[in-house]
Amino acid sequence: MSTVRKPGTTATAAPPAVPRLAKPRVISGLVVRTGRGGVSVRIQGRVVAVTAVLLAVLVVVMGVSLTTGDFALSVGEVLRALTGSGDAGADFIVNTLRMPRLVTAVCVGAALAVSGGILQTLTGNALGSPDFIGFTNGSAVGALVVIIVMHGSMTQIALGALIGGLATAALVYLLMIGRGLQGFRLVVIGIGVSALLLAVNSYLITRATWQEALEAQAWLIGSLNNRGWTHANAIGLAVVVLLPLAFVLARRLSMVEMGDLTATALGVSVTRTRAVLLVISVALAAFATAVTGPIWFIALAAPQLARRLTGASGPALVPTALMGAVLLTASDLAVQRLFAPALLPVGTATGTIGGLYLIWLLVTESRKSRA
Amino acid sequence: MTGTNTPAPRLRAENLTLSYDQRTVATGLGVDIPDHSFTVIIGPNACGKSTLLKALARMLKPKAGEVYLDGAAIASYRTREVARRLGLLPQSSTAPGGITVGDLVARGRYPHQRLLKQWSADDEAAVTAAMRQTGVLELADRPVDDLSGGQRQRVWLAMVLAQQTPILLLDEPTTFLDIAHQVEVLDLCAALHARKGHTVVAVLHDLNQACRYATHLIVMRPGGEVAAEGDPASVMTAELIEDVFGLPCRIIDDPETGTPLMVPAAPKRPAPDDSSATVMADLSQGHR
Repeated sequence: MSTVRKPGTTATAAPPAVPRLAKPRVISGLVVRTGRGGVSVRIQGRVVAVTAVLLAVLVVVMGVSLTTGDFALSVGEVLRALTGSGDAGADFIVNTLRMPRLVTAVCVGAALAVSGGILQTLTGNALGSPDFIGFTNGSAVGALVVIIVMHGSMTQIALGALIGGLATAALVYLLMIGRGLQGFRLVVIGIGVSALLLAVNSYLITRATWQEALEAQAWLIGSLNNRGWTHANAIGLAVVVLLPLAFVLARRLSMVEMGDLTATALGVSVTRTRAVLLVISVALAAFATAVTGPIWFIALAAPQLARRLTGASGPALVPTALMGAVLLTASDLAVQRLFAPALLPVGTATGTIGGLYLIWLLVTESRKSRA
Repeated sequence: MTGTNTPAPRLRAENLTLSYDQRTVATGLGVDIPDHSFTVIIGPNACGKSTLLKALARMLKPKAGEVYLDGAAIASYRTREVARRLGLLPQSSTAPGGITVGDLVARGRYPHQRLLKQWSADDEAAVTAAMRQTGVLELADRPVDDLSGGQRQRVWLAMVLAQQTPILLLDEPTTFLDIAHQVEVLDLCAALHARKGHTVVAVLHDLNQACRYATHLIVMRPGGEVAAEGDPASVMTAELIEDVFGLPCRIIDDPETGTPLMVPAAPKRPAPDDSSATVMADLSQGHR
C-alpha cells in the first residue's frame, strides 16, 4: 500500500493554499490534497490507527524497561538521566546499562521485521523470511568462523556475521541468475542453502574447543545481554539509512506483488525494484544479526501480524517496523524480568512465541488450501 | 480496412526473433498494428500469438528485431513512459489479498502518479470513468476476492482502462469466462474501440468471435509466421483454416452480423448403417 504520511508533513512542499482532507468516492481511505492539487497523499485510517497504537505500546514497553529491574527508577529519574541532569547512579543505570540495550532491541526488531516484510512480499510467500531462506544461517557461519577459526573480538564477530549474511545472499542470487528473482524459487533455493549452512555450522562447532564451542553456542542464541552503545549505534545507523529507503519503495513493492507482467505494464521497472529491495532486506537482516546473533521469528511473524491488524492490501512497512520493535522489546523485557536473576537470552523468548505462531500459521494456511 | 498502407502506425514490430531460453518461437516476424483498429491475433496453440503480444508490450525482449512505439524502439523508453501509452491485460494477474475493487482499479493510475501526488483529481475522474464503463462502479467497496470470475475480469479491464492509454493489448481476455461474459467483455472492447478510438489488440481463441469483433485480423501459423492479415471477410477462407489449423471447414456468413462464420466439417465416422444401434456404439466408443 502507499506510504502513509501524517497530514502535517504534506504542507511543506505545497503551494500556499491549505491542504484539505477529502473522502474520495471510489477508493478506500482518505486523501489529503493541497489547494491546487500539486500534492496529494492517500491515508488509510486503520493503518494510521494501528501505527499510533503500536507506537503507544512501544513507548509503554520502553518506559517499563527503563524504570523496572534490579534498581527501580521513577519516570522522573529516568527522564532526568536521559536529559543529562540525573544523579550518577541513575545516569549509569539508564544511559550505560538499559538505554543502549533498549535502543538495540528497538532497532534490531524494526530491521528484522522490515527485512521479513520485504522478502515475504517479494516472494509472495509467508515463509520467505530471512531466517528461513538462509541469510541468518549465513550470518552464523560468518560469526562462527571468526569465533572458532580466527578467535576474533566482539566487533570482528559482528563483521564476520555481516559478511556471512551478505555472501549468502550473493550465493542465493547467483544460483538464481538468468531465471529472474521469482518468489517460490527463491524460497526453495533459500531453504536448501539454509540447510547446507546449518551443516557447516554444526561442523565448525565439532572442530571447536570446549571454550570456543561455548562462545559459539552463546552467540547462536540471539541475545541482547551486554549490548552497549557500539552495538546500538551500528544498528541505529543501518536503520536510519535503510528504513526510510524501504518506506519510499513500499509503493513499488506493493505493485510488484501483482505479478511481474502487471507491474511492468503499469510502469514499474520490476527487475531493478526487486534487486534494490532485496539488497535493502538482506542488509537489514545482516546488520541485525551481526549485532545480536540470530533472533528467530521476528522477521517471520511481525509483517504478518501487522498486515492482519491493518487489513492493508499491501506490505504496511511502517506498522511492520513498529510491530517488530514491540515484539523484540517486549520479549526482552519478559526474559529480563520474568526469569530474573537468570540471564536468559531473548532468542529463547522469540523462539517460543515464534514457534507457536508458526504452528498456528501452518495450520491455518493448510486449512485454507484445503478449503 | 484491407491492406492498411498508412505510413508508420504507432505500434509495429520488425523482423522479430522471439524465444524463451533455448526454444525459438518465431523468426523474422513483422506486424503492423493499424492505428485505431481492433486487431485480433488468432492461431493454433503454441503458434506464438501470446509471445508476439508480450513482445509488443515490451514484456519479452526479442533476440533480434525491434518493436517500435511512436517511431522509436520500445526498449529505448522508460517503462513508465511506455505505461502511459500502452496498456496490457495479461492472462493472469494476482490481486493483493483483501484489496477492494476501487483500490485495485486505482492502481492503474500508477504511471501517472508520483510519491507526493498519489491521488489527483485526474486520477479520481479516470478511475470513476473506467469503473462506470465496465459496470463495476457499484462494486467499488467490495473485496476483489469476493467477486465472480466475470466481475473480476471486468475489474482488471477497468484497471487497464484507468491507465488511459491510447493502445490496449489484451491477452486472451475471455479465457475462463462463460459465453455470456465472453460476449460482454468483447462488446466492451468493441465499444471502447468504436467510441474512444482506442487501438485494441487482443489474442483470442474463438475464430468466430475474432471475425465478429476484429477490424483487422492477424492469423498466425505454428512456427510464429503470419499466415494472413487484413479484414476478416477477405482473410477467412476455408483453405487458410485448413492450412493453419489442419481443420477441414466451411466458411459461411454469420446470420447475425454477416461476418465470416467458420463451421468445422462434419466429423469423420465409419459409414452409418441407418440404425440407432450404430450411434450408440459410436457413443460408447467415444467414451472409452
